Amino acid sequence: MEATLLEMKNISKDFFGNTVLKDVNLTLKKGEVLGLVGENGAGKSTLMKILFGMKSIEETGGYGGTIEFDGKPVAFHSSEEALASGIGMVHQEFSLLPEFTATENIVLNRESTRYSVVSELFGSRLNTLDRQSMQKKAIEAINKLAVKLDSEMLVGDMPVGHKQFTEISRELSRDGMKLLILDEPTAVLTEHEALALLSSIKRLAASGISVIFITHRLAEILEVCDQILVMRDGCIVKQLDSGNASVSGIAKAMVGREVDTSSKKAKEVDVETAPVEMEIKNLWVDMAGETVKDVSLQVHKGEILGIGGLAGQGKLGIPNGIMGLYPAGGTVTFRGKEIKLNNPSDCLASGLAFVSEDRAGVGLLLDESLEWNISFSAMQVNNKFLKSYLGGLVKWRDEDAIREVTQRYVDALQIKCTSTRQKARSLSGGNQQKVCLAKALALEPSLLFVSEPTRGIDIGAKSLVLQALRRYNEQQGTTIVMISSELEELRSVCDRIAIITDGKVIGIRPAHCPSEEFGLLMVGHQGEGK
Amino acid sequence: MNKMQRFIKEFGWPRLIIAAFLLSLFVIAPFAGVNIGTSLTDTIMRFSMNGVMVLAMVPMIHSGCGLNFGLPLGIIAGLLGGTLAMQFGFTGKLSFLMAIVLCTPFALLFGWAYGKLLNRVKGGEMMIATYVGFASVSFMCMMWLLLPYSNPQMVWGYGGSGLRTTISTEGYYYHVLSDFLNIKIGHLSIPTGSLLFFALLAFLMWAFLHTKKGTAMTAVGSNPIYARASGIKIDSIRTLSVIMSTWLGAVGILVYEQAFGFIQLYNGPFYMALPAVSAILIGGASVNKASITNVIVGTFLFQGIVTMTPSVMNSIIHTDMSEVIRIIVSNGMILYALTRKTEETR
Amino acid sequence: MIKKTLSQDKSIKEFVLNNLVPIMFIVICAICIPVSGYSAPALVQEMLTRIARNSFLVISLLVPIMAGMGMNFGMTLGAMAGQIGLIFITEWGVVGIPALVLAAIVSTPISILLGWMCGKILNNAKGREMVTSYIISFFMNGVYQFIVLYCMGSVIPIKNSAILLPRGYGIRNSVNLINIRRVLDNLIPLRIGTVNVPVATYLVIALLCFFIIWFRKTKIGQDMRAVSQDMEVARRSGIKVEHTRLLSVIISTVLAGYGMIIYLSNMGSMNTYNAHSQIGTFSIAALLVGGASVAKASIGNVFLGVILFHMLFYVSPQAGKNLFGQAQLGEYFRVFVSYGVITIALVLYEMKKRRAAKLGGLTLAKAQEEK
Repeated sequence: MEATLLEMKNISKDFFGNTVLKDVNLTLKKGEVLGLVGENGAGKSTLMKILFGMKSIEETGGYGGTIEFDGKPVAFHSSEEALASGIGMVHQEFSLLPEFTATENIVLNRESTRYSVVSELFGSRLNTLDRQSMQKKAIEAINKLAVKLDSEMLVGDMPVGHKQFTEISRELSRDGMKLLILDEPTAVLTEHEALALLSSIKRLAASGISVIFITHRLAEILEVCDQILVMRDGCIVKQLDSGNASVSGIAKAMVGREVDTSSKKAKEVDVETAPVEMEIKNLWVDMAGETVKDVSLQVHKGEILGIGGLAGQGKLGIPNGIMGLYPAGGTVTFRGKEIKLNNPSDCLASGLAFVSEDRAGVGLLLDESLEWNISFSAMQVNNKFLKSYLGGLVKWRDEDAIREVTQRYVDALQIKCTSTRQKARSLSGGNQQKVCLAKALALEPSLLFVSEPTRGIDIGAKSLVLQALRRYNEQQGTTIVMISSELEELRSVCDRIAIITDGKVIGIRPAHCPSEEFGLLMVGHQGEGK
Repeated sequence: MNKMQRFIKEFGWPRLIIAAFLLSLFVIAPFAGVNIGTSLTDTIMRFSMNGVMVLAMVPMIHSGCGLNFGLPLGIIAGLLGGTLAMQFGFTGKLSFLMAIVLCTPFALLFGWAYGKLLNRVKGGEMMIATYVGFASVSFMCMMWLLLPYSNPQMVWGYGGSGLRTTISTEGYYYHVLSDFLNIKIGHLSIPTGSLLFFALLAFLMWAFLHTKKGTAMTAVGSNPIYARASGIKIDSIRTLSVIMSTWLGAVGILVYEQAFGFIQLYNGPFYMALPAVSAILIGGASVNKASITNVIVGTFLFQGIVTMTPSVMNSIIHTDMSEVIRIIVSNGMILYALTRKTEETR
Repeated sequence: MIKKTLSQDKSIKEFVLNNLVPIMFIVICAICIPVSGYSAPALVQEMLTRIARNSFLVISLLVPIMAGMGMNFGMTLGAMAGQIGLIFITEWGVVGIPALVLAAIVSTPISILLGWMCGKILNNAKGREMVTSYIISFFMNGVYQFIVLYCMGSVIPIKNSAILLPRGYGIRNSVNLINIRRVLDNLIPLRIGTVNVPVATYLVIALLCFFIIWFRKTKIGQDMRAVSQDMEVARRSGIKVEHTRLLSVIISTVLAGYGMIIYLSNMGSMNTYNAHSQIGTFSIAALLVGGASVAKASIGNVFLGVILFHMLFYVSPQAGKNLFGQAQLGEYFRVFVSYGVITIALVLYEMKKRRAAKLGGLTLAKAQEEK
């Protein structure tokens, strides 16, 4: 048996009291491929960030536990240190320069240079580049990966797969590379390219390089990994050898955690037979990283419809596309009337509202008061909080009405603030989220899209927000479409849940179905669930 | 103490230094033998001359188009209105009114085109605005020569064609506002008419910002994506703001000319944007936030320095360094606003 | 077949759009040259002189563009440093080539200091380098005036009454540079027909071109190209982004200082308070006329730009006179053209940037539609 390369012991990490990793243990042998799976937010990336010495870890108070790499205890303070010890990481987003060739990208800032006399005077940066030796280095790395990649092609002209190969080659071109971390490398690849990458991974492992492989495609994990770790809520919940693992076993472990849904009152009306409020047909949305390809859905009157799925599969694109924030196509009918796509004001005027997942970017006027934040949309769309003069020629802001409505929502949603004039920027994340919700509710919508309503907010605020959603659904009869990455959250609030994979609806189940069924849907197994 | 620090932080060191500098000038002035009354009259006069042009910065800052370095475009519309009113033979008070009426279509047209252009170059507005201003001024240099003006007070004496570089407004709208209800107390003379006119425009601006459209404009500047998600048509709001800025620039130069007594053509409008830009910044505005108070305070501080430095400096060190100080203060202020970390480009 | 002609059409359109500014200029020049009525040798002589005079300055703009900082309006800072160098050699009464070299030596530390300052400020204004460097040039103009108009002769020892104002301190509006007038141009005399060729100046410019070509091939040149594409990626790979940007501005400022010395030695006199601010606008306009963009510029752009821009500059007053009877009109026209060109080039650049961002989305939508 090969020697142990990496041993992480009792790793724990919390972000300001919010525990994201507890007591994680991990052992990796030389030449072994380790698969790491788990839902979004299970702690995979945090674990890898700790290993790779990313600055964000140290800035948020470091971590607990010990790491032993290549027989020595280590604690990296920067990714440079990790790189120097022989750990390479390929991140989800590309870190490439489009106007450089593959070679230039692979050896970026590690270019071979030719000695020049001037450098004696002004430092080594005035040495000229030795292009031949750079190319040799790059081709060597590409050969290690054994893929077809033109070393002289501009990265900007490459198909996505080749960009990924360039990225991996860059890590391989470093001297003494012992461990390679791949964060969802196949997410952007075509099937053919993914296969090529998988066989390269096997070849790398055979040559003695260990690989940590993070992916949502469970079949790939089974294909290449020697050992599989399933993470959930910051813990390793299951450790499997590839020999005795199955897709459904992994999926079940991933979502796990049965929640008590008995507290949820059953709806008096059966939502499935209620009239259709919104009909979505063949929707596509061009939202980077959340592309929607072809979604058809029916939303029934009075229900809370959940939309779930793993990150990057397109669930977030649906509300963003319908509400006109990203270019979209297809047909959306609301109460029998077709909604103009790519036209936010038409959507709002028809009685739709949207709480965006991007609070700072879309949801708030950070530098304006709560009054403005809450009243603005309703003022512009429904002509509320305005006083008319000169026969409607002058529409004057009615500050009293604005203060009054703001105060009402501050009370109703328990927004913690010093006054209604406070700037939105100075509120905590949870309270900002409530302000976003108040803004949408002030529109008094018939149908409300809520996207990731609990992302990045503390537990107390979470339950308040979810309760408020249910309350408005029950009391006002507002139809709600809630998009969330947290399946359990959806199951506790929604009536039905649609799962989106690869930009399409892969299945819709009632919320009381067992969670492993949803888990399977999420990883793309449509048939086995039934 | 903490409160003090926060006040300084919000107000900004440069503004504090400038205000202190102006205050010290006023304190030193009597000892240097400079008459406070005349200086104050001068300051108020210049304030009333320049106020409207500084006000012209407000709409574009509010809608997120940044500092209007393209003010010369509005000035050109004003010059066209001013010269046409004289060409058509309107005199006295009527000529001023007609100048405003005649400059309006040009301001609307220029502003509309300029706004459309700025909508296509979001993020790079300020640099392009600067050069739109320059290009239009230099284009009009040719036009002033070629356009068939014929009023003998305006065209070159010899040749009989092409406008003069400076045209006197004597007999037309010379001092129509400044002399209206003018108050004289000893050395102090207050151009009430000009001040009232500025106050009227400032009030209208303030009122506009309190309407539905005005609220939308502020929101577009504060967070364009938020505004779009609330159903606002960002581009048309931005265009509206540019048109307003341009029109105010046009009226601003007319107010300036009636008080100054001369129309300055050709290269005159070239660098007129910079004093207005720095004045509003000195008043406490930033690249994307501005209020009417900023306009008033800024114009007063800026014009105060411009009037006080030459007289006080001259009598103390017998050297007129005012030009240098003006350049350093005004551009230093713009530089400060551009490099503040909190105001990075969105 | 139809598809092919379509794509050909598209490529022609693309070519025109990408080279809109030079094409416009060639057309305007083609109209103005015959109208002006200048003879060919006169034109050639004038162009040879003007290329020699201006190229060095325009080349100094290339390095910051390489580092992704756009047009360095701060090059006027270098020009100021060059002028201060020239004031000192005139004061010291040095003549000939040694005077030029001495002026360059004096200007270097001043340029480095100013460039360092400018670079530091620009690092705080990422994303709006151009407008910031433009305001810096105004700001420093104030400081320059303070030093030259008030400090020289009073604090800084200047005695030469030929350059001092009659009041005893401050430099005159116009300084006669007879001591270095055309010394570089006439160092290696060459006369072809009636045309004088300033060989030595061209050699210096050639040397600078080689320097730029070599510089692009160095490690630091590569770093600059990396920084210009994506600062974050460059930073992650360990390149010192801020330092690299700072260096590019310093190099540009120093080169601009030398360029100004060559320019003024050719002119033979110095307009103390205006020369530097004009030169910034004209150099940038010339580079853009040559087909450079804010993001990409080559040595070829420099020479094409200097030729086209100065051709128009030279012929337009005469053309205006012959066409409208007013030389003044031609003068205004050339000013309009230089500002207009910068405007168009800036607008095209911003629009291209936005179009590139849009294009990514369009292809995606298309792929989905095809399904």
